[in-house]
Amino acid sequence: MTDVGTLHAPMKVEFDYTRSLGPTLSEFMTGLKRRQILGGTLSDGTVAVPPPEYDPHTYDPVTGLVPVSDEGVVQTWAWVPEPVPGQPLDRPFAFAQVVLDGADRPLLHAVAVDSADQIETGMRVRARWADETLGAITDIRWFEPLDDSPAMTPDAESGEPVTGIISPVHLAYDFAASPEESAFFRGLAEGRILGQRCPVCEKVYVPPRGACPVDGVPTTTVVEVPDTGIVTTFCIVNVPFLGQKITPPYVSAYMLLDGADIAFLHLLLGVDPADVRMGMRVKAVWKPRDEWGTTIENISHFEPTGEPDADFETYKVHL
Amino acid sequence: MRDVAVVGFAQRQMKEFDGSPTCVELLVPIFAELFEQTGWTKSDIGFWCSGSSDYLAGRSFSFVSAVDAIGALPPVMESHVEMDAAWALYEAWVKIQTGLVDTALVYGFGKSSAGQLRRIMSLQMDPYTVTPLWADAVSVAAMQARSGLESGAWDQDQMAAVVARSMSDAADNQHAIRSRTTSVEDVLDQPIYADPLRRWDCAPVSDGAAAIVISAADAPGFDRLPGQAAWITGFEHRIEPGALNTRDLTVSESTKAAGVAAGVDGVDLAELHAPFSHQELILGSALGLGDDVRINPSGGALTANPMFTAGLNRIGEAARQVWSGSSQRALAHATSGPALQQNLVLTMEGRA
Repeated sequence: MTDVGTLHAPMKVEFDYTRSLGPTLSEFMTGLKRRQILGGTLSDGTVAVPPPEYDPHTYDPVTGLVPVSDEGVVQTWAWVPEPVPGQPLDRPFAFAQVVLDGADRPLLHAVAVDSADQIETGMRVRARWADETLGAITDIRWFEPLDDSPAMTPDAESGEPVTGIISPVHLAYDFAASPEESAFFRGLAEGRILGQRCPVCEKVYVPPRGACPVDGVPTTTVVEVPDTGIVTTFCIVNVPFLGQKITPPYVSAYMLLDGADIAFLHLLLGVDPADVRMGMRVKAVWKPRDEWGTTIENISHFEPTGEPDADFETYKVHL
Repeated sequence: MRDVAVVGFAQRQMKEFDGSPTCVELLVPIFAELFEQTGWTKSDIGFWCSGSSDYLAGRSFSFVSAVDAIGALPPVMESHVEMDAAWALYEAWVKIQTGLVDTALVYGFGKSSAGQLRRIMSLQMDPYTVTPLWADAVSVAAMQARSGLESGAWDQDQMAAVVARSMSDAADNQHAIRSRTTSVEDVLDQPIYADPLRRWDCAPVSDGAAAIVISAADAPGFDRLPGQAAWITGFEHRIEPGALNTRDLTVSESTKAAGVAAGVDGVDLAELHAPFSHQELILGSALGLGDDVRINPSGGALTANPMFTAGLNRIGEAARQVWSGSSQRALAHATSGPALQQNLVLTMEGRA
């Protein structure tokens, strides 16, 4: 099964962190919103931008920020030949540590130049402000070489102090199933349900896992099981939630397929929730074959067969 | 202090692992190899501790899924750190020192190839003022490299010498991803990538897993071990502020402090976890290693750098040198965080 490789699919993970700000960063971000860069004076007399919230030597809160220039000097830099999503520029640029006039410790930010030979340590640069500022480090779009043209700083914003930021995080992965899961999903694409047996405890896992979680050994023997089984335990979903596809009330149940030792969660439809019982015999209802893929969704849901319930003694070890 | 030794080490690393991000498929054979090395079974292990990150796996609680590889029935004592597994080893060592357990199996795993590693690593930066710029790991290291180049702390020839020695030494390491016999001239002929870094100055993106077994001398199962033991003589770690602008990036005060506390006198070999060539130069001077100390005979992180494992691998590789008698007293180092923010130093010795 591994010689055809594992199943892969692109996966995006996205979340927006809403972060509240303490007094130091609140003041710093409020400054940015007003197109003013503020630094913190540390116990050694140096001015740091961004200001740390606490002094690294005395651990005292850093308060009473001081305005610094939005122009400064490149202290060190790195060429970014292949920018990644989210960076300040989507074409090659430099990241740099910039010591702003009036500050002693550098700010990390982008410098927009077309090639690596257009930047050098010691070069003077000026902030390019966003047209609309929010109170975030990205209110400075990037720095650019200082030339003779007049500063294009738009009028300062005012407004309420900034007390929080929203940091969007967008991550992209090539998500791979394990070899065992891949075999399971490929089986489903053919209408078959494939599990695996642990060579030590002989339990049959459906879906199969990389290792028997009891014995810690690979589950090697493939076992095909039928699409019939019983409900071990279940719950009646009464609470609506975002993205819900079925109108409540409906039943989510653990299905123990005949010949399997581990139950898995699926939908139980075609029955009044009030009539669902532990031990109830069920059968998979498959979607039309032309809708099948390598997914558990090939099985639309389970429904009762009408056969007599299983005796509790026969499945009590599977709960 | 209880005498504790590294008694088992197994690793798997590759450019792209064709399997799940929980790496269970890698951990099962690694654990099996360790049981073969030690002659122990699951019941001889008192504590399990792992290092990994969900940001790498792209799924939540991936370390819980990885517990499948242990076979946790009856339940086992287990913990996890979102750092290189070298720090998981530290937790395990402390747990043995408390007397709560006598033995531990420590593992790390990560599938860096599932995402865009240098971008994901920007999530370890300051979330307010740096991560929104997606300052990637290569760029941060490149700024650090230029600081030292332009201040005269090191030069391109020294960086190239680190690369050439690492890649040439890795030619004998079956686990290395980037290896070939090469020279300083060959390295300097490589094109610049993230100016001032060449691609060979940067560790290759690597997938992998590794595990180590440690045991107290008075553990009930110790006498059943076949004999390989690298005795831990010092184990320390230190951290620096997260804000890059509060640090001098051309030196590593945390490595120096950890080295002084662990005691580096008399070491004849050092496995240093330097994902970028210039960082090995920083570490070497922070630890005060002389020319007679052999550095990274395995090839080091420049030849394979599986996240959350490469630091543990340094400890394992150094232990192997002690086991074989090639080293009498070895040092292993691990790093975590941007631009060598956190550093761990472990020293080991062989005993007749």
